[in-house]
Amino acid sequence: MENYNSLKHIQSDIQQNKTTLRGLVLHYLGNISARKNLNAFIEVFQEEALSQADVIDHKIKQGTAGKLAGLVIGLKDNICYKNHQVTASSKILAGFESVYSATVVSRLIAEDAIIIGRLNCDEFAMGASNETSTYGPVKNAFDETRVSGGSSGGAAVAVQSDMCQATIASDTGGSVRQPAAFCGVIGIKPTYGRVSRNGLIAYASSFDQIGPITKSMYDMQLLMEVISGKDDADATTSSNPVPEYTTAIAPIKQKIAYIKECVYHEGIDLEVQKSTLEVIEKLKQQGHEVVEVSFPYLEQLVPVYYVLTTAEASSNLSRFSGLMYGHRSANAKDLESTFRKSRSEGFGTEVKRRIMLGTFVLSAGSYDAYYTKAQKVRRLVQEKTNELLSQYDFLLSPTTPTTAFKFGEKTDNPIAMYLADIFTVHANISGNPAISVPMGKHTNGMPMGVQLMAKHFCEGEMMQLASTI
Amino acid sequence: MDINNEMIDKLADLAKLEFTAEEKEKLKGDLSKITGFIEKLNELNTDHVEPLIFMTNEVNVLRADEVHHPITKEEALKNAPAKDSDYFHVPKFIEK
Repeated sequence: MENYNSLKHIQSDIQQNKTTLRGLVLHYLGNISARKNLNAFIEVFQEEALSQADVIDHKIKQGTAGKLAGLVIGLKDNICYKNHQVTASSKILAGFESVYSATVVSRLIAEDAIIIGRLNCDEFAMGASNETSTYGPVKNAFDETRVSGGSSGGAAVAVQSDMCQATIASDTGGSVRQPAAFCGVIGIKPTYGRVSRNGLIAYASSFDQIGPITKSMYDMQLLMEVISGKDDADATTSSNPVPEYTTAIAPIKQKIAYIKECVYHEGIDLEVQKSTLEVIEKLKQQGHEVVEVSFPYLEQLVPVYYVLTTAEASSNLSRFSGLMYGHRSANAKDLESTFRKSRSEGFGTEVKRRIMLGTFVLSAGSYDAYYTKAQKVRRLVQEKTNELLSQYDFLLSPTTPTTAFKFGEKTDNPIAMYLADIFTVHANISGNPAISVPMGKHTNGMPMGVQLMAKHFCEGEMMQLASTI
Repeated sequence: MDINNEMIDKLADLAKLEFTAEEKEKLKGDLSKITGFIEKLNELNTDHVEPLIFMTNEVNVLRADEVHHPITKEEALKNAPAKDSDYFHVPKFIEK
C-alpha cells in the first residue's frame, strides 16, 4: 500500500477500485504494530475502525459518503470520544471513559472520518518532549534516540510513520507545532476561538486550541473546514463564518516580516538559521516582500506563558478530587486525605510542579506581582503583535531553535525544557493562528520546521502561503 | 525568590497535594529557579497597561434558558470510584 500524501488521492483510488478503505485501515494497523516501539498509540480501536471502514466503503460506492470519507484519524489522549477511554496520559484518569464526544470528534464522524485510536502525549499536555507521559516517552521515527517533541508527540509520530492519515491534537504553547517540526509534518494552532474546545481536557483555557497534524496542506485545509466554527457548548468560539479553506486562492505579493530576535537568537542552531534564511529568499523570489522586524518582548514570552498557564492549570486541575471520577487513594481515611492522597498519587512530577507554581502565582501576596503583571505583559505582547500584523500580512520565524533533542537532555532542567517553546508560545499568548511546515532536513538527519503567524482568523491565507514553502 | 519549607507546605496545603521531604527539596530548588526566571516580567514598565483577561471578541454570548439532559444519571455515575445506583460515595466528613 502506498503512503498517501493526501485524502484526495485516497478518495480517487477508492472510487477507481484501486483500493478499499478496509485495505487502508489494515495498512495503518500494520504500521502501528510494526512500529509499536515508538510508543505513539496508547490504544488502537482495531475492530471498530475495520467495521466502520466497511460501512464507509459502502457509502462511497453509493455516493452518500461525507467529505472526510477515507480519512483515518488518531486522537490525542486529551480529546473525549464517547464510550472510549481518555486519560490525558495521566494515572489519575486511568480507566476513565468519556460520556460524551468532543465537538471536533462529532464533526469529524459526521463527515465519515474513522477514529483509529488514541495517542500518547505529555501528562495533561504539560511538556515539550512527551517524556512526562505515564505511558512513557514517544520516540522520533527518524532517530529513536531523539524525542518526538511534545506535548502531542504521539500525534506527530503517528502521521510521520503513516499509522493514520492525520491526527487531532491540542496546542497550548506549541504542543502541535513543535512536535510537527521535530517529525517533519504540518501542524496548526488556529486562532483562539476558531475551534471548539468542548471535550478537550482543559490545561490552560485561555491558551488551549485544538489543531490537526497532517502530511499535506490539502488535508489540513479540509480538516480545518470541518472542525472550525461556532459551538453552543463553548462560549469562547467565534461566530465569524468559516471560509472554504480548500478552494481559497494562493495569495500573491504578500508582506512578510521575519522576527530578527528569533532568526538570530543566541540559542539557535546555525543550520536552522540558514534554512530559515533560505525560506526567506525563496519567498522573495516568489514575489513577496520580506523584511526584518524587531519584536521587543521575546524574553518575556516564556515567563508570561508559565505564569498564566500554571495559574489556569492549578484551577482547572482542581476538579481531580478523587470523588466523582478518576483515581481515589486506597490509603485515605477521611475527605481531606482523599483529596491529598488521590491527587498526590495520581499526578506526575511535572503536573504537580506546575500546580504548585500556579498556586504560588495566584496566592495572596503574589497575585499582583506575578499573575496580574503577566496579564499586563500579555496585553503588551498582543498589542505589539497586532501592530506588526497591521503593517505585514505574516510573521515568520523558525518553529523551534533546534531539531529534536535527545532523551533526558532537558529533563533535569525545567527552564531549558520550557525554552523549547520559545518561538511557538507567542501565538498562544496573543491568540493568533500559526502553522509549522517542514523546511528540509538538518545534517543530523532530523527535520526542521518554519512557522508563519497571521492576523486573527486569517488561517485561510496562512495555509495557502505555507503550502508554497 | 527564596522559597522556604514553610512556603512549600502552605502551597501544598492550598493545592491539596503532599510531598516527601526529598520531593520538597527538589521543589524548592525548581520553584526558586522558575520564580527567578519569571522576574524577567519586571523589566517591563506596565504602569498604564490594563491586564488582558479575555481572549475572545465575542460579547454577551447568551443562550435560551432551556433544560437539556446531555448525559444520564447512569453516565454521570459511570466513572465514580465508589457509588450506588443513585449516589456518589465519599468518605464521611461530619464528625459525631
